[in-house]
Amino acid sequence: MRFFISIILTVLLAFAFGLYLPWWSIALAAFMVSALIPVKPGWAFLVGFISLFLLWGGLAWFQSVNNNHILAHRMSQVILKEDDPAKLTLFAALIGGVIGGFAALSGRLFRTLLR
Amino acid sequence: MRILFFLLALATTIALVVILDTTKLLPAPLGRWLSPQQGIWQNAESLDHDYNANLTIPGLKGNTEVYFDERLVPHIFSDNEEDPYFVQGYLHAKFRLWQMEFQTHFISGRISEIVGDAGIKSDRGFRRMGITSAAESSLAFMEKDEVMRQTMDAYTAGVNAYIENLPESQLPIEYKLLGYKPEKWTNLKSVLFFKAMSYDLVGGDDDFEQTNLLKILGEADYNFLFPQAEDSLSPIIPKGIPFTKSAEIPLAPADADSVYFHRRDSLWFTQEFKPDPDNGSNNWVVSGSKTKSGKPILCNDPHLSLSLPSIWMEMQITTPTSNAYGVTFPGLPIVVIGFNDYIAFGVTNAGRELKDYYEIRFRDASRTEYWFNNAWKKADLRIEQISVKGSAPFIDTVAYTVFGPVIYDKTFKDKLNQNKAYALSWIAHYPSNPLKMWYQLNRAKNYNDYLDAVQYFNEPSQNIVFASKEGDIAIKQEGKFPLRWEGQGSFVMPGTDSSYMWKEFIPRQDNPFSHNPEQGYLSSANQRAVDTSYPYFIPGSYDMYRGVSINRRLSVMSNITPDDMKRLQNDNYNVFAEHMRPLMLRYVDRDRLSPEALRFLTLLEQWNLNSDIQETGPTIFENWVDSLRPALFRDELFRNDLPVIFPSDEIIAQSLIRDSSSFKFIDNTKTPETETLADILTSSLEKATPGLKKAEDDHRLEWGKFKNTSVYHLLRERMLPFGRLGLPIGGGKHIINATKQKNGPSWKMVIHMTTPTEAYGIYPGGQNGNPGSPFYDNTVLDWAKGQHYKLWVMQQNEKKDKRVKATMKFSS
Repeated sequence: MRFFISIILTVLLAFAFGLYLPWWSIALAAFMVSALIPVKPGWAFLVGFISLFLLWGGLAWFQSVNNNHILAHRMSQVILKEDDPAKLTLFAALIGGVIGGFAALSGRLFRTLLR
Repeated sequence: MRILFFLLALATTIALVVILDTTKLLPAPLGRWLSPQQGIWQNAESLDHDYNANLTIPGLKGNTEVYFDERLVPHIFSDNEEDPYFVQGYLHAKFRLWQMEFQTHFISGRISEIVGDAGIKSDRGFRRMGITSAAESSLAFMEKDEVMRQTMDAYTAGVNAYIENLPESQLPIEYKLLGYKPEKWTNLKSVLFFKAMSYDLVGGDDDFEQTNLLKILGEADYNFLFPQAEDSLSPIIPKGIPFTKSAEIPLAPADADSVYFHRRDSLWFTQEFKPDPDNGSNNWVVSGSKTKSGKPILCNDPHLSLSLPSIWMEMQITTPTSNAYGVTFPGLPIVVIGFNDYIAFGVTNAGRELKDYYEIRFRDASRTEYWFNNAWKKADLRIEQISVKGSAPFIDTVAYTVFGPVIYDKTFKDKLNQNKAYALSWIAHYPSNPLKMWYQLNRAKNYNDYLDAVQYFNEPSQNIVFASKEGDIAIKQEGKFPLRWEGQGSFVMPGTDSSYMWKEFIPRQDNPFSHNPEQGYLSSANQRAVDTSYPYFIPGSYDMYRGVSINRRLSVMSNITPDDMKRLQNDNYNVFAEHMRPLMLRYVDRDRLSPEALRFLTLLEQWNLNSDIQETGPTIFENWVDSLRPALFRDELFRNDLPVIFPSDEIIAQSLIRDSSSFKFIDNTKTPETETLADILTSSLEKATPGLKKAEDDHRLEWGKFKNTSVYHLLRERMLPFGRLGLPIGGGKHIINATKQKNGPSWKMVIHMTTPTEAYGIYPGGQNGNPGSPFYDNTVLDWAKGQHYKLWVMQQNEKKDKRVKATMKFSS
């Protein structure tokens, strides 16, 4: 249960931060949530990863679909050197996920430290 | 232990953020780019994006409404004369901010700020041309004109109103990808945009090459290969129209023959900053006597480097005194090529040479003094600090002389010795107020208003074509032109005294000009404006064949409709090939050709002379001519690797047609035998054959594929996926449809002077400069197909028309 609550909270907090703060504020969000709501240390990484994977992947995909992937077609050629909007979205989601994962893990370990 | 784990995880997180936020490890800050809330996804404009807006902006004079149609063309309606230019600035910024700033950064030598030290050379070059100081003095001159100052102030305020409310997440994608932010717009930037146009259109010269050629060839051969006018010239001003001469031609300096026309040394380097040589344009106008409707039709297609975002943005601007429709330059207020309810106007480049060099002798390496009129004169040193992304600023010192800025000296050309240098005199250094012409043309109602407007135009010199609903047609070559003695400025000039300087200018009333000629049409296509009966010396870089084509067609046409004119703009007939091919086919020695070359020759023979996409003839023709040029001239002209240029295609064709047996350059002086035209035609076709075979094997012998017309993004190779490459479109050099690989008709317009005005136009690109918008490149394929869109001159009472897709309201 805490696992899912943490995911939802991380998603919401990261989204809110993203409205006002630089892109890397997702790390702050993931850190804070897992520092405040303890899950099993091994699961903390997953909480951060899944949250930001979903948030970044979901938002990117939503915007790209509404755009008929016009921009993603172009940018995937710039970044990935191949024309594949889905792959670019997945790539974005993974970047969000990895940062979210390590940030959440850091948060969880920070909590352990305080005890 | 726990602290170690924590620190390890934290360090990993921070490292990841740093890596993904910077280019320290990765070639791109991928986290920043791919963040859905800040990065590129924010630029993925939704297909049903809502452009409606209601903006309250303090300081506006009244109310302005903007109606966007299906092609995102804004139709601006304002109740006063200033706000519409504020709104124009706002809309340019909204749709084209990055390009406006990029182009003005580029021309003012600030590109290193964006791209790093790769830009330093270009930045030094543009600063050494004195562009920014010229823009500053032009701005001061323009702002003395109250109306122009208000217009520019309104425009600048509009751009800045957009920038001030632009959240970082909504920055144009190029800012995100290159990692910088827009700065505030200024009136100076608008003038810099003008100077960019001047660089593109009157920034070309071959003075260094010509200086060497004069020495290599001697006066007689030089004048033969580089004459002032060609035999087949079909000038802009119909032959037989008398010219006025209200000024005395100055005398050449007494020592011109010894130190200028017969200089002793050669020049080991050349001017490297040259605009795209393919820049040019067509325009023409036919009077009611030649049209089906009895009303004039005006056409214009400016040929510029094709780019995305396009250099043009289409707009309708309605104020209490004008209703102008046409294309605008993002960066400038007012409609630049277009029409209103009474008249239509268009421009082509005059092609006159307006850039000269003076050889300066500095006293010493400090460049603080130079020898002038028998004394050491102090140079003004302007320190140029070039900011460079990722490294320390580069400091350059530019010496300003009485002639102009020193563009080349020891510090900016290692082939130059210590104290020798070259100063640049350029028409773009003179203050001018070109905006005033356009402001008045937007409001002109008749021929007299046109005449009144064009007198304000100094640079970049243009052929300004005109038609009115009253039935007048006219063309005038306008600009500020130095009054030259014969030969002045064709070569690098001595800079040690005042005798070689530009002193006076050709009186405006003597500029080439025609109004309602008997022939019922007028046209210009960058050819020499006048035949040799014109009383002034007017060197330039002209193009002859398009003019021949257009005038030949217009002279025989009658009952003309706008559809005929659209077809003429798309005409792919190659007059140069018409002149050259018979000669090539007649003299080439078939018996000596390899079977492969013979096969290409047969294909060339079968060609219908139209450079259409599916034809192979044009590819063979172009490649053969490309290998013929050096075969004719390399031995005589290219000595010791001195920079030189080839004679023009016009002169090559003309010389060979006039004198196919004894034209002295046919013989290759490097061989003991005396070559004939047959010899060099045969060997040059043979030489072109492997390349043609390769093209054939790669399935690109067809002209469209071989030519490979592409519209690149302004960042070119750095951002290929933002361009549209390999477009199926014919035409080419010397052809009315002047579409080359990267350059071509950047806007095609046909205006029928009926009531209401019947207007057509298209440019390759789209109204929105955002590569993530469906309006970024939506017109490219239609343009390649040769289509024109019907332009909607919206009336104020059509607000409810179903073509209106969105409305923006501006008030204070």
